[in-house]
Amino acid sequence: MRLRNYKINKKKSKNKPLFLFIGKNSEPLFSKKNKKLLSDPLDDNNPITVQVLGICSALAITVQLKPAIVMTMSVIFVMACSNVIISILRNLIPNRIRIIVFLVVISSLVALVDQFLKAYAYDVSKELSIFIGLIVTNCIVMGRLEAFALGNDVWKSFLDGIGNAFGYGVILILVAFFRELLGSGNLMGFQVIPDFIYDMGYENNGLMLLSPMALITVGIIIWIQRSRNNKLIEEG
Amino acid sequence: MLEDYANLFIKSIFIENMVFAYFLGMCSYLAISKTLKNGVGMGFAVIFVLTITVPLNYLIYEYLLVDGALKWLGPEYAKLDLSFLSLIMFIAVIASMVQLVEMIVEKFSPALYGSLGIFLPLIAVNCAILGGSLFMQIKDFSGISEAAVYGFGSGVGWFLAIVAIAAIREKIAYSNVPAPLKGLGITFIITGLMALGFMSFMGIKL
Repeated sequence: MRLRNYKINKKKSKNKPLFLFIGKNSEPLFSKKNKKLLSDPLDDNNPITVQVLGICSALAITVQLKPAIVMTMSVIFVMACSNVIISILRNLIPNRIRIIVFLVVISSLVALVDQFLKAYAYDVSKELSIFIGLIVTNCIVMGRLEAFALGNDVWKSFLDGIGNAFGYGVILILVAFFRELLGSGNLMGFQVIPDFIYDMGYENNGLMLLSPMALITVGIIIWIQRSRNNKLIEEG
Repeated sequence: MLEDYANLFIKSIFIENMVFAYFLGMCSYLAISKTLKNGVGMGFAVIFVLTITVPLNYLIYEYLLVDGALKWLGPEYAKLDLSFLSLIMFIAVIASMVQLVEMIVEKFSPALYGSLGIFLPLIAVNCAILGGSLFMQIKDFSGISEAAVYGFGSGVGWFLAIVAIAAIREKIAYSNVPAPLKGLGITFIITGLMALGFMSFMGIKL
């Protein structure tokens, strides 16, 4: 019994951050483990297709590439900042009210992004309408705070936030790319399919612009990803 | 008058369905739809909370936050525009309402608590709830009763969606789905097809 206590104490003291921002100085900033935090969410541990987080706001804004990119940038900002803030405060937050603390931190950051977009990119913010606000309840932010930032030091949480936001963005941009290309023949608002193909009888697939196709496109992305990587296949 | 309410109700259920038209509440929609029983429980919890929070947030928005809303405090407050606070206020109201509703239900109806209880905490982070309030802000309803009808209607729409997908998922367990599509993939594609079906309601003129 005493031995176990001793072990726990030892573990605790080891985890104590030397400095507020960088936990253990012994580890280089971009060690293998830290790089993995950044690259894993892009594929094997993708927040949308594997962890099933944050789908709510992901799909409705993928008709065109531009709002999808703006959304990705907003999510990157919110996730990186909230992960860092929660990670700094992680030893101060009482466990019982942590969800409310998360919500306060996230919603203030999102309100900041919302006001910023309204001031500098009004058209896009009109297009995204309520979906910027819905980053607050985007499970991806909450999920990473709960699963990662609450138990890791600041630098790691920062990397995890950036990595997961990029993983989210990759899917968003992929879906938006195909929907805009096939649905309206444009990318970022510029025509990319040359006119002579239209003259030969090619037509834009209007179905891709409708919301259900976002779901089906994500379904197909999941299909491709899981047939490439058999480990991800679900049982039953 | 009654006709308007009926129109709003039908519109929020079918034409502007939370799940199929706006993809709101997809996370819990995917996570809790594995069995019909849980789907029904979660659906009722969403109806319940939406019906309470949308009118409540309407009152807060209309009498505290919107441009010039603070007139009733005195003429010097008439210029205040606090609408940038709406996001924080809405989420605070939702989180505290959910807590309150959970406590009340636990006290007065243990049977209901037994079936809804575990879903209530999940609801605070369900995008459909916050989405309902944010849509209310955009739509500019003329009164609290309209907001209440809208909240109830979108709750019923969400309920329909989750019950439908849960029933389909129970059946699909017996069919031969390609291995990489199992679980999440096929659910996405089925939801997409259901959403296509729901688009046919768009032709209804109300």
